[in-house]
This record gives sequence, C-alpha cells and structure tokens, in this order.
Amino acid sequence: MANTQSLCTSFLSELMTATHNFGTAPVRAVTSADTFKGALYLASATINAGTTVYTTTGEVTGTGYTAGGVTITNATAPTSTNTSSTAGTAYWTPSASVTYSSVTLSTAFDTMLLYNSSQSNKAVGVYTFGSQTITAGNFTLTMPTNSSSLALIRLSTT
Amino acid sequence: MLVNTIHGEMDDSLLEKREGSVDNDIEFTTWVEYWLDGELVHRSAHVTLKTSPFTALEGALLG
Repeated sequence: MANTQSLCTSFLSELMTATHNFGTAPVRAVTSADTFKGALYLASATINAGTTVYTTTGEVTGTGYTAGGVTITNATAPTSTNTSSTAGTAYWTPSASVTYSSVTLSTAFDTMLLYNSSQSNKAVGVYTFGSQTITAGNFTLTMPTNSSSLALIRLSTT
Repeated sequence: MLVNTIHGEMDDSLLEKREGSVDNDIEFTTWVEYWLDGELVHRSAHVTLKTSPFTALEGALLG
C-alpha cells in the first residue's frame, strides 16, 4: 500500500452542499437544498464569469415571462466519483428540463443564468446556446446527462 | 390540432408549419413555427444542452 497526495473527491461534492467553511458562511435556517432559478438573457447582454449575482440588466422581457425566470427542479443531490488515486469529479445537474411556457420573447436571447435565490440571488453558472426568439410558444431547455463528463456543474481534480 | 398563437388558439390546418433543427457540439435544438398569411403567429424552441463549462481544481502538493 502507498499514500497519495490529492484533494479528496468527497470534498468536491461537499463543496456543493456547503459542508466545509474556510471563511464566513451565510447563516442557514434549514439544512435542505437551496432554491435555484434560471433567468434568460438577451444575446446583446453581458453575462459571464464575472457575473456575481442575478441582475435584471439584459434580462429578457415579454408576455408570460416573469423577471427572475423559473425555479430549477433539484431532486438529485450532487454525486462524486473517483477516477484514480489522485483524481475525481463531483457533479450535479437539474433533474428536469427548464421550461418557460406560453411566452413571447421577441428579442433574440441566447443565455440562461443559473442562480441561488435562497442566498441573495448569487450567481452559479452561465449557459449559452444558439440565439432564439419565441412567439406565443414554449422555450424548453433540456439539461445534459447527469454524468461525470457531461453534467451541468462539474468540479474535478486531475 | 389546436395551436396557441398571437391570435389565440387556431386549428393547425389553417396555418403553414415550418420546422428546423441545429446540431453541434454544444446543443441539439429543434424549433417549430406556424405562419398565417405571411405573419409569424407561433414559434417554440427546444434546446438540449450536451455539456457545459468544466471546472478543474488543484491542491498544492507538499514536498
């Protein structure tokens, strides 16, 4: 047997559940999962890695769309898997498609911001796709496969 | 089949249907449009994300 230096793969998924705190953590009233939401942004907006919180600037507007977007279905907790003695991946994906029903969004949009509405609307991730418009219809965003190589959020050591 | 349009629900037999898709490394997207006398009265789209940005972490090694 031998020992091997690495970040523990369990730590990666525990980052996603706020198990560890190296600084000052927000006060949590409950231990259940936070509520995450998805907001749509115009193709002309500037939403990127520098985005720290949900903003109405650049968000789509239109019939049937409520500012802030829709709640993300989260029925599956983060998972982690080891790929070697020094590497592993933690991952999470919403457990259902994100649907904006009966909307009219006339100006082209190409981005969904995933954010935490339970924690002051702090930003999580920015996901882009080919620009779309919707007219008296539905916009459905189906998530990638919830796996270590494809999931919507993947944290990995190599 | 009834289709929701900017003029309310309409029978699809009265409308011209157009469909399309995009398939690349990022997404597989399908869309459907209904037109009435040259006017777009309905458009829906379905985007399936294939993957997402990847975040790698690294811990400093001792020694």
